[in-house]
Amino acid sequence: MITDNKGLSLQGINKTYGKVNAVKDVTLDINSGEFFTLLGPSGCGKTTLLRMIAGLELQDSGSVILEGQDITRLPAIKRQINTVFQSYALFPHLNIFENIAFGLRSRKVPEKEVQTRVQEALDMLELGTMPNRYPHQLSGGQNQRVALARALVNEPKVLLLDEPMSALDAKLRAQVQVELRRLQQKLGHTFILVTHDQDEALVVSDRIAVMKDGQIIQFGTPEEVYDLPKNRFIAQFLGAANLLAGRFHDGMFHTDIGPLELEGPPPWERGVIAIRPEWIKLSDTKPEKNGIKAKVSEIIYRGTNLDIWFEPGAIRVRSSTYKNFKIGDELWLDLAAEELVVLNE
Amino acid sequence: MNRLIIWYGELLTQKKLIKRGALFLTPGMLWLMIFLVLPGLILILVSFAGRGAYGELVWDFGLANYKRLAGYGIFGWTADYIVILLRSVWVAFVTTGLAVVLSYPLCFFIARKPERSRYMWLMMVIIPFWTNMVIRTYSWFLILAPELPFAKLAACFKIISPGMGLYPSAFAVYLGMISMFLPFVALPLFSSVERMDWTLVEAAQDLYSSNIRIFMHAILPQTLPGLSVGVILTFVPAMGMFVVPDLLGGAKYMLVGNLIQQQFGASRDWAFGAAISMGLMVLTMFSLYLYRRKNKGMDLL
Repeated sequence: MITDNKGLSLQGINKTYGKVNAVKDVTLDINSGEFFTLLGPSGCGKTTLLRMIAGLELQDSGSVILEGQDITRLPAIKRQINTVFQSYALFPHLNIFENIAFGLRSRKVPEKEVQTRVQEALDMLELGTMPNRYPHQLSGGQNQRVALARALVNEPKVLLLDEPMSALDAKLRAQVQVELRRLQQKLGHTFILVTHDQDEALVVSDRIAVMKDGQIIQFGTPEEVYDLPKNRFIAQFLGAANLLAGRFHDGMFHTDIGPLELEGPPPWERGVIAIRPEWIKLSDTKPEKNGIKAKVSEIIYRGTNLDIWFEPGAIRVRSSTYKNFKIGDELWLDLAAEELVVLNE
Repeated sequence: MNRLIIWYGELLTQKKLIKRGALFLTPGMLWLMIFLVLPGLILILVSFAGRGAYGELVWDFGLANYKRLAGYGIFGWTADYIVILLRSVWVAFVTTGLAVVLSYPLCFFIARKPERSRYMWLMMVIIPFWTNMVIRTYSWFLILAPELPFAKLAACFKIISPGMGLYPSAFAVYLGMISMFLPFVALPLFSSVERMDWTLVEAAQDLYSSNIRIFMHAILPQTLPGLSVGVILTFVPAMGMFVVPDLLGGAKYMLVGNLIQQQFGASRDWAFGAAISMGLMVLTMFSLYLYRRKNKGMDLL
């Protein structure tokens, strides 16, 4: 089946390893020029999916369509898709210049063009001073940029990034995320990132697909996925969430900590709602609606904010105001109805 | 000299450490001196001696043996000895090359097996080692005998005349040599192949490489340490091999090993045998030097 999608389409992809269903019936449309992220815990099938897009793995069924052309049966060497590997997979016996030139040389691009294109790539990723060095002489962050340059120099239609930042320390990672986002916006290429780091996904992506057990369970912009998590798994995997279980009857949601008003009736009678810690407001006086009186049980200082845990119900509140909270203080929690997310399970 | 140092958690002075090192080294050094260096020196000495009427050594130092090795005899110049030397290098080279070509697929095959059956396959490579080399070579007699299908098939295709065996021949020598040395290449190579990082192969594929490029850039550099060990373990003994060519090659396919054996045995010309040995040694070292130089770019040997 051919679609008119200008980007990459995955249609009904399945893959099993022995008895394990690594990828189950994944259908996705990735737009051209989009920064797309496959987010999920380890073993959810996201890397397998990426490898099938790269052509390093063959799916059991389903097709991969790039710019309207079915590339399902094309091997990796014939796909205009390049990968930044998790371990970078740089050739240790080749210097940085030759590593970056590798794909061009494979395709027998004229020497003159190789020189200019590699030089451009070196400059773009600020590697200009080290073309003659070898991978083992470079830092992890530099090697990562070399891996990126080595893939980008081929001008791929889709760039795949397989957890490229997992080997970097937290500070560098945050910096690289922003750089990667800028680079993608400047080049306008389609990037597909695989990661288990929800912060990374939120920072870099245009759209996110959250995967679990080989299936895509939610799909949307970072805001959509963060603000309206579909289920308990996503609510807890992306950021932090307070989950409140209870029953809905007589127009109210009855939880252990008290009845709450919702924006509309949920699709179930017994279920769970979520609220993010930073969405709960604290006040000394009783709010008009959905006020819960609670006692401070633990305070964690996190620099930019405080995480305050309340009893009953182990409710976590993220507050950026530094009042002198003390353990044992009694406060009103304002769980506004519009902030409560009904999870569908 | 009396600096204090901590050596694996023990407080020592430098002097004490050197003393202790010398103590541990002495037996090994002595062993090497008595059984390797000394005989080597004697061999050099003998190679300059001459042969008496009854095969005894005559200590008239001269270059006669080396001249003879170079082909200058009483009947003028012949290329015989040089041909034998070069043929030995060639046979060792081809044997090593073919063993390498056969070992790669074998190692990949075994490395891809699940761990449990992997060791069974490795055992199959190792088992021939448990049999005596001469017996193994003789077993080729049976396989290549005129009565057996292989020889008959070859006769059918007019490669040999009917009723002949496939030995003695150069082909039989190569067959025997490769079967002899394949494990010497395959086992060290396997240790490298087993530890190979396959993402490099995938990266090469991802970057549009042809199969040759994949091998040259993703497989060869990674397996070079094991390959080098295998090549040296094969090439050096293959240069001096005499059992296999003696049994399977017949008189027409003499290698330098046979020549040396002949001098020390039937011909009773120890001095000339020593000179040929020296020639072989020089040739081996030169070959290894070339091999090392060729691999210097790889930065591994």
